[in-house]
Amino acid sequence: MYKYDQYDQAMVDARVADFRDQTRRRLEGKMTDDQFKPLRLKNGLYLQLHAYMLRVAIPYGTLDSRQMRKLAYIARTYDRGYGHFTTRQNIQYNWIKLEDAPDILADLATVEMHAIQTSGESIRNISADQYAGATADEIIDPRPWAEMIRQMTTFMPEFSYLPRKFKIAVIAAEADRAALRWHDCALRIVQNEAGEIGFQVFAGGGMGRTPFIAYKIREFLPTNQILSYLQAILRVWNRNARRDNIHKQRMKILVHELGEDEFRRQVEEEFEHFLARGEDFPQAEYDRIAAYFAPPPFETGLSEEIDRSDPDFALWVDQQVAAHKAPGYAIVNISLKPVGQIPGDISAEQMELVADLAERYSFDELRATHAQNLVLPHVRKQDLHAVWSALHEAGLGEANLDLVTDIIACPGLDYCTLANARSIPVAQKIAERFADADRQKDLGELKIKISGCINACGHHHAGHIGILGVDRKGTENYQLLLGGSGDEETSQAKITGPGFDEAGIVDAVERAVERYREIREPGERFLDTYRRVGMDGFKEAIYG
Amino acid sequence: MVDGPRAGGPGGGPGTLEPTPGGERDWLRFRDDSAPDEPAVSLDAFLDQSNAGSVRIEAGDDVRLLGPHLERLRLVEIDFPKFRDGRGFSSARILREMGYDGEIKATGEVLVDLIYFMRRCGFDSFAPNVPLDRADVESVLNRYPHVYQHAADAAVPIWQLRHG
Repeated sequence: MYKYDQYDQAMVDARVADFRDQTRRRLEGKMTDDQFKPLRLKNGLYLQLHAYMLRVAIPYGTLDSRQMRKLAYIARTYDRGYGHFTTRQNIQYNWIKLEDAPDILADLATVEMHAIQTSGESIRNISADQYAGATADEIIDPRPWAEMIRQMTTFMPEFSYLPRKFKIAVIAAEADRAALRWHDCALRIVQNEAGEIGFQVFAGGGMGRTPFIAYKIREFLPTNQILSYLQAILRVWNRNARRDNIHKQRMKILVHELGEDEFRRQVEEEFEHFLARGEDFPQAEYDRIAAYFAPPPFETGLSEEIDRSDPDFALWVDQQVAAHKAPGYAIVNISLKPVGQIPGDISAEQMELVADLAERYSFDELRATHAQNLVLPHVRKQDLHAVWSALHEAGLGEANLDLVTDIIACPGLDYCTLANARSIPVAQKIAERFADADRQKDLGELKIKISGCINACGHHHAGHIGILGVDRKGTENYQLLLGGSGDEETSQAKITGPGFDEAGIVDAVERAVERYREIREPGERFLDTYRRVGMDGFKEAIYG
Repeated sequence: MVDGPRAGGPGGGPGTLEPTPGGERDWLRFRDDSAPDEPAVSLDAFLDQSNAGSVRIEAGDDVRLLGPHLERLRLVEIDFPKFRDGRGFSSARILREMGYDGEIKATGEVLVDLIYFMRRCGFDSFAPNVPLDRADVESVLNRYPHVYQHAADAAVPIWQLRHG
């Protein structure tokens, strides 16, 4: 895992001082709230319904036990004893006082963490495959490039005020676990015929009120030209995007309006210009960063056997454990979706337990996923039972990865000033309706994603079943969507028809699910059935 | 401590915050030469008038049109109609990339926290529409000891410091 050197540390420390000074000037009245707002946003501090919310960056979702313990400390000291993992592999705290924010950042800086550019019109935390460095299906660990991109996009002067936010994801596997093409800029590491590593580049994706799946704009970009290429994309967007309507300023709108070919032409022209300036990172810098991501010292000669005599454990293994590239090891997914709880929430005590498990059983490494769960990436199969027992004891032993109760939900109207409707209670009610383990297992992979407004933080466009909360004449109303996906066969969910009230949406989901059970062919997931029969195959069952 | 981007800058100038004679806001001018005194004209007017030496760039203007006329340019004013409009950052950097070494002045809603990034993009004078606190400007300009990437200034990126 990457470690800061004196330069990285100095930059984060300087940011703490910078933000402390900005907060002081605001509290002294030297800045209006309007002027302070973009400054605090660029540091992850939102003003929500009840308090400030602080979003802490977890670059490419990777963290260690020391960092997780600090996150627990912050939850306990400055918040109400818990935190919330987000769909950008970040963590946010919902009950922060403005005057505490500089101290929290100072605490984070002691463990090489920050909240830089976690919100506002900036280049956000780089997301990546949560199985990076552990899965057998990747070409190479994508995180060294994610870290390089993190550094080069930190305080980028030319892009100090982008038209809107800008999200980047990097993966290196065929399977897409990062919702790649829903990003403004998505990089998939591929190998060309000559055996060289490069990036396939996608641009112009995004959710929000106008969803677009990113277009492929480059088939192969040599990895050592990525800085030039990203700057070219950012410059074309920064110069040409609309600035008169905040809802039309994301890059996806520009790509759509210019057309994929014209956008690509402009980017290529600007790319040639940057390339000629020779400002890309040298190989030596890649090598330096990549050394931090060298595989941990895996033991050899380990047993592949898992004692499945405990049925609860066996159930958990089947659902939560994924194949690892090293013999005798496994990837463990920790569900933050116990039925009836708030998706993505975790208490300080649970954070500390997970930190202990990472330290003891997973080479001190943890991952956060965009589906609001956690991962222990490198666990010996012989330790799985011990890990499960500890998780189970702490209320983290749910076996529902990618099942109907593994729901993504935004904070919604319980916390968020932008929301039109509550998301959390809907997620809880659906989870309770489908709580039965056999029923979940029978339904198989089924991704429900809930957003409390059209900003789509709950990824409803990418849900096999999506739910969008809207305000309908002063009451909360929920639209149902079907057929979305964030995996390698990305698709955008479509609205079924008229919306439902809170109780009605839970019933409607159940009717759609039962319809799937009736008409599915052997081996078909919900999404496969939907793709085969289309909306018509479901509509009557939903609306009668 | 390694010299940060505050030292020097394109178009010369000591990059100090010491006042120079001639006006109350001169401490926001980071150049040695005397300030051009002719009024800046719009981009269209500048391209039409072969004798103009100062031009005003609005947020949507394409500064690359100035490419053939850099010889006669002494001052480019780049306007920020609101601080959230970041197009001017690209305009300034592109001018420096084209080799322009005259004055680039930021006008309009220029906030103290933006000045550091503007300096890195090649701005070397500032005429904000609201007065700035000099101590705050000084503190902001000296805040960051290093930079992570090239821009239009002379600052050496961290990756270059790492590899000598």
